[in-house]
Amino acid sequence: MADKHCDGYLRFTTRNNVEFMVDSADKVQALVDDCNAHGMMPVGGTGAGVTNIVHTQGWVHCHSAATDASGLVKSMMDELMDYFTTKRLPSKLRLAVACCVNMCGAVHCSDIALVAVHTKVPTIAHDNFKNMCELPTVIASCPTRAISPDPAKKSVKINDAKCMYCGNCFTVCPPISIKDPERDGIAIVVGGKVGSLRSAPKFSKLVIPYISNDPPRWPKVVAAVKHIVEVYASHARKHERVGEWIERIGWERFFKLTDINFTFQSIDDFTFMRDTLRTASTFKW
Amino acid sequence: MKKYDTPMLDELEKGPWPSFVTEMKKAGKKNEMANDAVGHLEKCFTTKVGYWKHGGIVGVLGYGGGVIGRYTELGEEFPGVKHFHTVRLNQPSGWFYTSKALKEICDIWDKYGSGLTNMHGSTGDLVLLGTTTDALEPLFAEFSSRGWDLGGSGSDMRTPSCCIGPGRCEWTNYDTLDLIYNLTQEFQDELHRPMFSYKFKIKAAGCACDCVASIARADLSIIGTWKGDIQIDQAEVKNYEKNGMDINGEIVSMCPTQCMSYDGTALTIDNSECNRCMHCITRMTKALQPSGERGATLCIGSKAPIVVGSLLSWVIVPFIKLEPPYTELKDLIRKIWDWWDDNAKPRERIGEVIEMKGMRSFLEAIGVEPQPQQIKEPRKDPFMFYTEEDIAKFKANEEEEKKTGKYNF
Repeated sequence: MADKHCDGYLRFTTRNNVEFMVDSADKVQALVDDCNAHGMMPVGGTGAGVTNIVHTQGWVHCHSAATDASGLVKSMMDELMDYFTTKRLPSKLRLAVACCVNMCGAVHCSDIALVAVHTKVPTIAHDNFKNMCELPTVIASCPTRAISPDPAKKSVKINDAKCMYCGNCFTVCPPISIKDPERDGIAIVVGGKVGSLRSAPKFSKLVIPYISNDPPRWPKVVAAVKHIVEVYASHARKHERVGEWIERIGWERFFKLTDINFTFQSIDDFTFMRDTLRTASTFKW
Repeated sequence: MKKYDTPMLDELEKGPWPSFVTEMKKAGKKNEMANDAVGHLEKCFTTKVGYWKHGGIVGVLGYGGGVIGRYTELGEEFPGVKHFHTVRLNQPSGWFYTSKALKEICDIWDKYGSGLTNMHGSTGDLVLLGTTTDALEPLFAEFSSRGWDLGGSGSDMRTPSCCIGPGRCEWTNYDTLDLIYNLTQEFQDELHRPMFSYKFKIKAAGCACDCVASIARADLSIIGTWKGDIQIDQAEVKNYEKNGMDINGEIVSMCPTQCMSYDGTALTIDNSECNRCMHCITRMTKALQPSGERGATLCIGSKAPIVVGSLLSWVIVPFIKLEPPYTELKDLIRKIWDWWDDNAKPRERIGEVIEMKGMRSFLEAIGVEPQPQQIKEPRKDPFMFYTEEDIAKFKANEEEEKKTGKYNF
């Protein structure tokens, strides 16, 4: 396509779209027609719509994946295709998928994003521990200090009540295993952005804590994302990103408009608790 | 070649969005590794769990980074992916290619690897998915001979990346493409030979739109900005209005600092109150243009949630000029790395070390003065450190006040 229309020049965007560049407006339509005729080169992703989803490697190639990123992305984009080819959202909508909490994509600052989570305390193959792991590194890897030495076993033990299943100990110590086919699942976070337009960059916040892994098409995850997109599309003001819209109306209103169940998981009990609890009686019913 | 039954993956060949399964299967027709990667993936979809093991130490001679070891637990069942290492190639600034260059990369990759690529990884590299340990040296020799080089991995300076910048964006405040190329050349040693406590990412964005997500994903975020007034073309403002834009609703009332007004004939901006967020400029590009001195704001420390929560980068240097040979920035980067080296525990990102040791320790080490631009608000608690020098300065100031009879707060 680039050879035919652009003297061979092309580039990739930061959202991993292919961009063909032409040096004259006269050449645009023929290029667009050719892409459309190709059948698998949809043209879009600019302006106030959905652009390509930044995602991680998933089961295709990553050792710590708790889901498959490519499969989720394909399933979502099949449903959101109209928002890719048109510009009828209030503002641009950045989607991202991370197949574990390492978040190699910019999931922590996206309008709507999926992050695959574990939900069970890891198991430890104690016999291998002393051969494969460094005790101080494993203990230091735990953000909640749930890991302590187990001298009798020449290994470590995990305090179940403190573990929040981040998997960082697994990353530094292979005999620790956290993958679980029936318990790994998808969490949905919303309202993040990286640009400083109008308001400062924002983190994405947790709204749906868990949906079971359901390959090959994760229908409930896709339905949830599409639902949030549609509520945003019909309620936000022009130019408002998802996070700006929610901050204007309030999170309590967001949960009401989307009819998403509010759970304990949405109340921070990790490092950001002080900043995120409400300290005024002025909220909406 | 083994034929795999893939009922799960076949579902992902349906629908309007391009199918990665179709592309993987295409590669699998001519490459056994890609073929086994398809079978392996079907197995993951069926059992709902992954089988890739932790990476091993693999690489090419003289380099510590650029190749990530990957092996499957299911080597007997899928011999083609028994070794399936990732190779990162350093992308050109702004991801500009010719089809000829891409074909060359893919031809070499077909010869030595699975033929599967990932365009591009989250850090910016062109990622080649799946090869064996034996193939690493010959494939690296061949890529090298054509002018390509490996990117970063592990505890090194990761491959720096940038937005499209002046390549095709009117909003950029400096040459992001040139800066990233220049920094990549300058820090080859740090890129290829992991010597840090952990990874260090550098991303350059031309303006506050931050298309390269530097504020969220780079240890050092370089974000373009300017110091002069926004130039207004009133005729173009009228044109936007004529074409349906509600200037007061979409521009004036959405200005975060409320420094604009529009009376139906002329748009005015109180530039001293503007915080350069880019909203108005991106909405009315033909009417509004920054002017005056151009440069960037430097921010430090962003990262994803592991270990104790995500960080966005913090402003450290409100304004720096960025012109070749970028000496001031390079000196600063070296000072940043020195302090990080001295203070970090293994696997500690710089943002985490700043949280532990305090911003003061960091700023003093790199020679940057405290400025209100660095904070959202001052501290709320009264638990401060005072050095003997701090107190001596306060006392000296008060002595001076007694002499002049004038307070200097």
